[in-house]
Amino acid sequence: MRNRLKVLRAERDWSQSDLADRLQVSRQSVNAIETGKYDPSLPLAFRIAELFGLAIEEIFTSPSREDRP
Amino acid sequence: MLRTPAWKRYNWRVVWLSLAYAVFLIGAALGFRHHYVSGVCAYGVAILPALPVIGIIGAIGRYLVEEEDEYVRMLMVRQTLWASGFSLSAATIWGFLESFELIGRVDGYYVVVVWFFGLGIGGVVNKLTLGEGGC
Repeated sequence: MRNRLKVLRAERDWSQSDLADRLQVSRQSVNAIETGKYDPSLPLAFRIAELFGLAIEEIFTSPSREDRP
Repeated sequence: MLRTPAWKRYNWRVVWLSLAYAVFLIGAALGFRHHYVSGVCAYGVAILPALPVIGIIGAIGRYLVEEEDEYVRMLMVRQTLWASGFSLSAATIWGFLESFELIGRVDGYYVVVVWFFGLGIGGVVNKLTLGEGGC
């Protein structure tokens, strides 16, 4: 699932470790989510959204909409 | 695997269970070698070394329950699935080869050894398919 996590993180000048600490997950988790290798659970997606003050769909792209222009 | 608090607790459990396994195995072997055990007691003593091994399998289950990092937990689940698939496949193949008397008999408990080896295979698969995050 595509997401804007890397961009949002860069805007705040946070490293993957910084974001991992804030989310209380491992840095590898952040890396896997950023690179689209792992889709977070709904509770973790909410934590990410709340951390950035955005709605989930403003961070993650729905798989059904990924192919749309 | 990443060193989360749950992983550290799992490691300690495995260390203690491994020590118990060594003690029980040596004790049971000596007991049978010197004919200290017999009758119903012999069954209990023979099963003793199996208990810590079962405990290690239980420790893996408990780790999966306690691990709070969902991604790390998913990695371990993938490893255990690889281990189960690998060990069951190996046991099935070995069983048929043994039935047709093409190879010798192997003690059944070796399937656990193969399962633990399968955990290693699962770790390698995680690394190959998930890259840096698959450790």
